[in-house]
Amino acid sequence: MPDIMNTVGIWLGAFFTFAIFSFLYKDNPFYKLAEQIFVGLSAGYGLIYIIYAALMPNLFTKLATDFGGNLILLIPFALGIMMITRMVPKIQWLSRYPLSIVIGTSAAISLLRFLKSDLIAQVAATMINPFATKVPSEIVGNLMLIIGTICGVYFFYFSKKQEGIAKIPSKIGVYFLMVSFGATFGYTVMARISLLIGRLEFLLKDWLHIIK
Amino acid sequence: MKRIITILFILSSFTWLIAYETPFFRAKDRPYDKGDAIILEWKLPAAIDSVQILKADSLGVYQPLFIPTEGETSFVDQDLSYDTDYQYRLLAFSSTDADSLQLSAYAVTKQNWFYLDKLAYLLMLIILSAAIIYYILAAKRGKEFFIRRISGLDSMEEAIGRATEKGKPILFVPGVSELGDIQTLSSLSILSQLAYRAAEYNTEIIVPCRFSMVLSAAREVVKEAYLKAGRSDAFREESIFYLTDDQFGFVAGIDGIIVREEPAANFFLGSFYAESLILAETGLSTGAIQTAGTANAHQLPFFVVSCDYTLIGEELFAASAYLSRDAQQVGSLKGHDFGKLLVIVLILVGVALEIAGISWLKSFLMGAGA
Repeated sequence: MPDIMNTVGIWLGAFFTFAIFSFLYKDNPFYKLAEQIFVGLSAGYGLIYIIYAALMPNLFTKLATDFGGNLILLIPFALGIMMITRMVPKIQWLSRYPLSIVIGTSAAISLLRFLKSDLIAQVAATMINPFATKVPSEIVGNLMLIIGTICGVYFFYFSKKQEGIAKIPSKIGVYFLMVSFGATFGYTVMARISLLIGRLEFLLKDWLHIIK
Repeated sequence: MKRIITILFILSSFTWLIAYETPFFRAKDRPYDKGDAIILEWKLPAAIDSVQILKADSLGVYQPLFIPTEGETSFVDQDLSYDTDYQYRLLAFSSTDADSLQLSAYAVTKQNWFYLDKLAYLLMLIILSAAIIYYILAAKRGKEFFIRRISGLDSMEEAIGRATEKGKPILFVPGVSELGDIQTLSSLSILSQLAYRAAEYNTEIIVPCRFSMVLSAAREVVKEAYLKAGRSDAFREESIFYLTDDQFGFVAGIDGIIVREEPAANFFLGSFYAESLILAETGLSTGAIQTAGTANAHQLPFFVVSCDYTLIGEELFAASAYLSRDAQQVGSLKGHDFGKLLVIVLILVGVALEIAGISWLKSFLMGAGA
């Protein structure tokens, strides 16, 4: 039985792979079928996953086993119920409170996270002595790091018209950004090709057994 | 009086000399931290040849912890648990057994309210918050602030105009991240402006969402924009809908919408990952005017090559202020600009200090960034 299920799974996988790839030609019934099944199946799976991986272990089980010791959980429980009130037009306004809490706390938490990783750590990492090394290529690299970072930040300075002398650092910043975009593009294309290779490997190895 | 001072001086000197000469080994909780470190300090006679520090494990058995090199007189035991008693023993060996020593010390780790290594955070937060509040208040008092042109956003009118002319909808994708992502919040701010204009032009706006919380927030935002535009009757809740939580399922769904509904303008604003090129390429194939924006730097190249206009990183966060010209948002943007200047000045000063061989500024910031 497991073998049959495995074989059916592989054939279905191959069929849906071709159905999705057919979109490269144009929209067609096979793609529509694959798309609808994909969307519906993943939405259903997501719902069940949240119930069993989040709601049950983190809320219902804890409240059922030790209600008194987990009274704090009644707060998210109440907020969750308030979100569901969106379905009742008369009391729909209640859902704004959990939304506000999520938006407010998310913004506050993100602020600290980005202050650390994107601001302070980045600034500290750029504070280097470019001439600490004797290797010329490393000196050039260090100088490019400092100039690139400063000009990159300046490009996003919105309070001044970028003309005259103020245009120079901004232009340098754009060039640095474009070079980094080019490098990222190439790097990501490589990663996508490896994904395609993975899919072809599935078709040729698991499905057709042409390669081992 | 003179005699008393002389006696006190002699006594204090004598006490200091005794203290200076007496070997000691002490442990103390590191102040202003999260209770994860103990500082060990020792002073030993010159005759000592080697030193070993031991620490008691959970069973009370002393295990080797650290062997100090010659001249070292302190050690910080890190990665400890707070509110826990730790016991240490110092073994000092001498070639003459008579001078060998065994000293013990213990300390309890304590959590503190204030972490000294995060002082840079506090200072940055105070400075940036003060700047933002100042500019917001100034903007509210009526002070006009200049914001330079962001070409990606000027396209919005053009995109809405084209959709209205063609009688086709506008597609707005608020990214693939949860409501907790700051990019999603920024995206929803732009959606508010876009929905307002769309309501004015009576153009349909389609907003597929990946997460239920984003869906709720997007519906609120669009509804409010329609109300503000005086077109609450034109608001259609079903135009803002949930697709699926699955990343690529979501993308497949949007691709389907793009090829079947053929929106005249596509907006991909928010946090995007591997799906960025799939979305933008499909949109390009239908000939829609496309505006994209994300702060995920690794996805920007795909938007740059396949969209008409791209908001690069910070531009996404500035967009809402640029479009609305709302005093609070413009003031906030000016505060951010102040922060950028501060960053540039800090880097320049830091590099100059590093060249001069002074590292305290970097160390101070690294304490917070570590």
